[in-house]
Amino acid sequence: MEQDSLMLYQTYGGANISFWLITLLVLISGGIAALSTNIVRAAFSLFFTLFGLAGYFVLLGSDFIAVTQIIVYVGGILVLLIFGVLLTNKQKQPLESPRSWPLFVFATVCLIALTAVMVYCACVFPSPAINQNYVAINTAYTLGRMLSGSYVIIFELAAVFLLLGLIGAAFLVRRAD
Amino acid sequence: MNFERMITELGFTTTAPVGLHSYLVVAAILFSMGLASCLLRKNAIGILIGIELMLNAAVLNFMAFWRFSGGVGGGAGPMAAIVLMVMAAGEAAIALAIFLNLFYNFTSVDVEQASNLEG
Repeated sequence: MEQDSLMLYQTYGGANISFWLITLLVLISGGIAALSTNIVRAAFSLFFTLFGLAGYFVLLGSDFIAVTQIIVYVGGILVLLIFGVLLTNKQKQPLESPRSWPLFVFATVCLIALTAVMVYCACVFPSPAINQNYVAINTAYTLGRMLSGSYVIIFELAAVFLLLGLIGAAFLVRRAD
Repeated sequence: MNFERMITELGFTTTAPVGLHSYLVVAAILFSMGLASCLLRKNAIGILIGIELMLNAAVLNFMAFWRFSGGVGGGAGPMAAIVLMVMAAGEAAIALAIFLNLFYNFTSVDVEQASNLEG
């Protein structure tokens, strides 16, 4: 019995502590990213939020998605955002001007109500126990088989979409001579 | 919700992992933060940050439901996450191109100033 509980401690204690540490990181940095008036600070705070989400994906048993999250979001999209801040920076006017006070209060009340409704809806149904039979083994192998099998059309469409998107973006930002 | 179940749900035990609801609540809060960022910001880049937050909340929901259903469909949850990441990457690139055009035309990325359709 004692051996069993020791094993279980080794199994879930660290994961649960990790969950709460990641939650602390994600909620604080997400709040700064969403509400900071300094846009550079918001972008850098988004870095920690995305990193924490990669941690969630590790806890949920998908190593490949966690690494993809770090590569695509932190390495790509976040750099693109900071690049955008750099290119659209202008010293003359402040980057962020505050909204009118009644609108801010109204939006905040609406958002708190929305969060409450979503949390209530999430909690009103009984939580399923995690399926212990499922063991995450090598999701990259499974995903590779799926992408070249039943999901091959989505794979090809994503390739076409990215090609069109990149050509379109390069076309849009060219300066008219 | 009885007390014992809540302890298990929140992961204050060493015998069970954190429950599904904890992930869903975190995703709901993240989504609301992203929506707040979209609604309250005037800077277009700030609105893009809010959209990224909302997309990430959706990905977290997909992954949590997939994991707690015992890995349904082989890898259906990670597949949805990959598709969402591709969408987010393309969306960020095109949105940034549009914002740069906005900056060339209006010399600012304030979305309040871009209220006429003539460019």
